[in-house]
Amino acid sequence: MNHQRRDTLKAGGGLGIFGLLAAAGMIKPEMAEAAWNKAAFDAHKMDDAMSALGAGKPAESADVQITAPDIAENGAVVPVGVVSNIANTESIAILIEKNPAMVAATFDIPAGTVADVQTRVKMGQTSDVYAVVKADGKFYMAKKEVKVTLGGCGG
Amino acid sequence: MSMNRREFLQVLAIAAAGGMTLHSDIARAEAAAAKMYELPKFGNVSLLHMTDCHAQLLPIYFREPNVNLGVGSMLGQAPHVVGDRFLKHFGIKPGSAEAHAFTYLDFVEASRTYGKVGGFAHLSTLVKKMKASRPGALLLDGGDTWQGSGTALWTNAQDMVDACKLLGVDVMTLHWESTYGADRVKEIEEKDFAGKIDIVAQNVKTTDFEDPVFKPYVIKNINGIPVAIVGQAFPYTPIANPRWMTPNWSFGIQEQGMQEAVNAARAEGAQVVVVLSHNGMDVDLKMASRVSGIDAIFGGHTHDGMPAPTVVQNPGGKTLVTNAGSNGKFLGVMDFDVRDGKVRDFRYKLLPVFANLLPADAEMAAFIDKVRAPFIEKLSEKLAVTEGLLYRRGNFNGSWDQLLVDALIAEKDAEIAFSPGFRWGTSLLPGDTITMEHLLDQTAITYPWTTVTNMSGEMIKTILEDVADNLFNADPYYQQGGDMVRIGGLQYTCDPAAAMGKRIDNMMLKGKPIEAGKTYKVAGWAPVSEEAKDSGPAVWDVVANYLRTQKVITQRPLNLPTLKGMDGNPGVAV
Repeated sequence: MNHQRRDTLKAGGGLGIFGLLAAAGMIKPEMAEAAWNKAAFDAHKMDDAMSALGAGKPAESADVQITAPDIAENGAVVPVGVVSNIANTESIAILIEKNPAMVAATFDIPAGTVADVQTRVKMGQTSDVYAVVKADGKFYMAKKEVKVTLGGCGG
Repeated sequence: MSMNRREFLQVLAIAAAGGMTLHSDIARAEAAAAKMYELPKFGNVSLLHMTDCHAQLLPIYFREPNVNLGVGSMLGQAPHVVGDRFLKHFGIKPGSAEAHAFTYLDFVEASRTYGKVGGFAHLSTLVKKMKASRPGALLLDGGDTWQGSGTALWTNAQDMVDACKLLGVDVMTLHWESTYGADRVKEIEEKDFAGKIDIVAQNVKTTDFEDPVFKPYVIKNINGIPVAIVGQAFPYTPIANPRWMTPNWSFGIQEQGMQEAVNAARAEGAQVVVVLSHNGMDVDLKMASRVSGIDAIFGGHTHDGMPAPTVVQNPGGKTLVTNAGSNGKFLGVMDFDVRDGKVRDFRYKLLPVFANLLPADAEMAAFIDKVRAPFIEKLSEKLAVTEGLLYRRGNFNGSWDQLLVDALIAEKDAEIAFSPGFRWGTSLLPGDTITMEHLLDQTAITYPWTTVTNMSGEMIKTILEDVADNLFNADPYYQQGGDMVRIGGLQYTCDPAAAMGKRIDNMMLKGKPIEAGKTYKVAGWAPVSEEAKDSGPAVWDVVANYLRTQKVITQRPLNLPTLKGMDGNPGVAV
């Protein structure tokens, strides 16, 4: 492979990839406002965030899998993915325990959709990352530690 | 000291009389030497493995560590055994040539007896010998091949790229290679290596769409048997080294990706699946316990010369984990007996490359002379003479690093100096002249800038805790595989088995406790952030200056932390 896909897209489309994405998928803030769980995104304590999500103290489930690096390459853009193998998954939330505001994202999963989401989150320090899944009205979770280090001094 | 083969055998004979174990007459010494490299052929699929040569084209000395601590489940397990405990663990006879190759014991005396190790011309002779006795054998290179010498740096890795082609490397994976920048790596892959050497790395993807950057694996036909070699590049390259050099590449351990690559290779018909890994041994051992379907992991990065593989049980069966040391000192030879589509049995030997026991390959020797010629004058500059042994490897400090931090403190007028816990860097014997080449063996990197920073006591503590956690985290997947940052000026206590943030204590400077809120002048080198580019002159210029002024380098005490809770740990010997 000579070029990264981004280069090809840049060369191919005058808009560039970011332009293309924006044009294709941009959601205006007011469009999202309706479904916006303000209390959850504003929470500064894990208990508050969980209760704003309606989750209480969810049980850990092996059917919820988090994909995230063991050590973040760049704390500013940490790739986090969640897969739920629980039937009738309705929503997935991603929480970063040590972030000032814990809830990083919530996803509504329409019926019949594969419950497999991915996003990028910002992390200032080493923290547990939580995935909270709502299925058939019940809540389940999984967590994984992601280290944010100073770097250097290796190998 | 340079001896011809006959002189060397004479020395061996004398050494035997003085208690060394090789035989005391020349003929028997010669026979014993030859026997070392007469490996009976076994099975029908052979793989040769070298790793972490760090661009050492010529024979060198390399002292193995006397501190290589294992904590938690790694306590007392290979590779975390040193000295006598190492010999006992692997059943190696004390005082033997192998005991010298694998441990630090009697290093100076034994080095004078057995001479230098490695060197591509001698390695080439051994590779040819093994390939002749094992038709179809492939040579795998675990990476850290293009970095570690002045000539590699000045030729932008070209000397090592050409040397590897001449050596007959078939497949390689990466770590320090990436510090030449993504474009240079791809240029070498697409031009120099095309049709000759495959670069494999299942865990390198683009940061945007997660497209593969390299082939995850290749399948080679060895004597009619399809053999898959899956690549695993160093997972923490953009953290341990500057991320800005490969800004669009993402690494990581990618356990699931590894399982998928192994499954895909099996589905494609591979009867043998091996991983060529730059994870470091503890990470390899954990990965081997969790991923199924791998026959062997050929490991590197942590520079552990392991005479025998560790056999790891996993849900799919058993996986062998090897580690082949560093600096061209060893060649791993794995023979598999493959029948009815499966590996039935194996033989493994990690052969030490004693330059005096293996004649130089003429073609490789001529190539090395040619590639070094334009730089000889610069490389041979005599900087100082060392009275003591200079070496680097060990969890906390080495005499080479002590010299570097002493030089940084003096030249930068700093209170404290940091030097990265690199595991590469060759050794010098007492009385040796330190040339510019030797200094570059410790420092030749593409981001060699020195730094001077005013740091709070709190920041210093944060840094030490951060690096200690990269080394001693109880979960191998969080280990980056380097050693502890080397420190000049500041004393401390270290409790490796403690939790993150609780390992470092009693930080003292000139008899006074370090204060969290006070500012200290700290010198260092090898900054990874892009903002620190060109922050100060290259470290080799700073240290060369110091050496020229000193002229004679006296043996200096190592600044080592006081260890807590490590009594009886077989990973430390004093």
